[in-house]
Amino acid sequence: MSAETKKKTMKLTLPEEELMSPGHLACQGCGATMAMRYMLKGLGQKTIVCIPACCWAVIDGPFPHSSLGIPIFHCAFEAAASTASGVKAGLEMVGDNETTVLAWAGDGGTFDIGLQALSGAAERNDDIIYVCYDNEAYMNTGIQRSSATPYGAWTTTTPVKHFKNRPKKDIVAIMAAHRIPYIATASVAYPEDLVKKAKKAKETRGTKFLHIWAPCPTGWKSRPEDTVKLARMVVQNGIFPLYEIENGETYKMTIKVAEKKPITDYVRLQGRFRHLKEDDLKVMQDEVDRKWASLQKKLI
Amino acid sequence: MKKVMMGNHALSYGAMLARSQVIAAYPITPQTQVVELLSEMCASKALDAKFIKVESEHSAMAACLGASLAGARTFTATSAQGLALMHELLHWASGGRQPVVMGNINRAMAPGWSIWTDQNDSLSQRDTGWLQFYCASNQEVVDTVIQAFKISERFMIPSMVILDAFALSHTYEVVELPDQDKVDAYLPKFNPPFRLTPKEPHAFNALTSPDHYFELRYKLQKDMEKVPAAIEETGKEYEKAFGRYLGQVEEYHCDDADFVFVTSGTAGYTARVAVDELRKQGIKAGNLRMKVFRPFPFAKVREALAKVPKAAVVDRNCSYGHHGIFYQEIKSALYGEAKAPALFGYITGLGGRDITVEMFREIAKDTLSKPRPSEEIGWIGVKR
Repeated sequence: MSAETKKKTMKLTLPEEELMSPGHLACQGCGATMAMRYMLKGLGQKTIVCIPACCWAVIDGPFPHSSLGIPIFHCAFEAAASTASGVKAGLEMVGDNETTVLAWAGDGGTFDIGLQALSGAAERNDDIIYVCYDNEAYMNTGIQRSSATPYGAWTTTTPVKHFKNRPKKDIVAIMAAHRIPYIATASVAYPEDLVKKAKKAKETRGTKFLHIWAPCPTGWKSRPEDTVKLARMVVQNGIFPLYEIENGETYKMTIKVAEKKPITDYVRLQGRFRHLKEDDLKVMQDEVDRKWASLQKKLI
Repeated sequence: MKKVMMGNHALSYGAMLARSQVIAAYPITPQTQVVELLSEMCASKALDAKFIKVESEHSAMAACLGASLAGARTFTATSAQGLALMHELLHWASGGRQPVVMGNINRAMAPGWSIWTDQNDSLSQRDTGWLQFYCASNQEVVDTVIQAFKISERFMIPSMVILDAFALSHTYEVVELPDQDKVDAYLPKFNPPFRLTPKEPHAFNALTSPDHYFELRYKLQKDMEKVPAAIEETGKEYEKAFGRYLGQVEEYHCDDADFVFVTSGTAGYTARVAVDELRKQGIKAGNLRMKVFRPFPFAKVREALAKVPKAAVVDRNCSYGHHGIFYQEIKSALYGEAKAPALFGYITGLGGRDITVEMFREIAKDTLSKPRPSEEIGWIGVKR
């Protein structure tokens, strides 16, 4: 027997192509940056992105620089979806039926000011992918509350004495009500799952909506090195389950959670929840449990 | 081909003959027929275009900008409240140097709700960096849409083609529709120097520091300053191809006039009837109709008014706290000119009240009876 060794090659679980360069302007530990990197690994270079006012309007870099290897239309705050619809129609009229058109907005640009345009595009079923990277407040302007801010959170407009006392708006349910072909949630702690969903969105015709959990150390008062940890915990404790919805009615879990963990550890890693008492945590836990139970009923 | 059509349909035919490729619009009275006909043209393939039926005017302009940056020729139309809702995007269009052409039906701003004409909607958009053309006939509407695309695409500056609610939008006139092949020769395919394409990835409209922003806006103004000459040039070219000259102003008996009306929109044609009547009575009247408002036709206005001792600017708008808007602008254009008329300012017809020949007679009488103008606004037809 010869001592011949078999050459081993590592099998990559993510596409190698890098469409995001270093030198961008994001904060340390920024989840939104990871979200873009993974998303573009899934979509590839034949993509045009429309970015309204949000952290990513800054992260990409100022004129004349850009950290992305794809064309960008920096567009009006409330107009990510309608701009993307226009880009898609324009491309088709000049003979390009291949390029993927992506709208890439934060939670403020999606849950609040951009909701009307998003609803319009979804109702028309325009062939675009709309991604909301959710860091749960207006982080780019300095941590003001949005309708994506969860119950209990401190922000600069919900000070600890008057922390946010209403739950986060259920954007996925709103989008499901439009019966668009594809909706998915994703987290930057599960890149393979995220890339798979990006690819599925790319191959599906009509309006696709991806809701990506993107921790923000600056706004959440968490440690930059905890970003992935927090993005994993939020899936494991049921605050942000990873699933997809086809045609607004077929629900499928993509990351199964064997045993749902309590939210306490997750909450304690973030300064934005530091002021909360046991009773407040119970309100939060009850809301998570209620939503979790409601989701279980919808799953196939 | 000659066709009887309403002003709104003249806009649709202009957009069709210009071979608009993407149309995004939202309905508002009195603009609706513009987009109704365009959606029919798209459905019947008379026009090879995509029609995006958006959920607001804000989205209409956003979609036009997306399509335009992808390289498609785009058109939309709106009015009053719709134009006001678009306001933010009007800056995006001119700042992003995107040659969208838009029809605007002049309608008075609410409250109270009004669907009738005045010019405060479009004139409120004065400083957004759009070209503004005010039309007085349905023929002029069709012709101007085609010319506007040509100028807009040359300078990468958007255009607004404006017509009065009902007085033009819903009034039927005979229109000579230009032949398509001649229009194609006059207005070649839209081929922007930069566009959204993965083959050449650019970031458009990115965060612009004080090191660069100033120069971008300077260039916009410098290009605006080139537009008056281009209007004359393309207007003459249009005349050569179609027999109708499209200029910045229209002079009617200004050469030997003792005084002239300065008007815009359909009031300009009512004024011509008044001029004819006055001339029969031995009063040498004239009319200067302002066709282009932005860029302001300084040279043409100065040249036309240098010949007359008195002029009466008739505004169907008001800059509250100042005066009629055309009046302000013309007065400012004449400041320091050696040869300039005594300039009288009148406001009439707000909220769609008819501007009649009788009113022009009243204005003429007032102007001729006074040796010099006062600072006070001359209110015509107001119930006091």
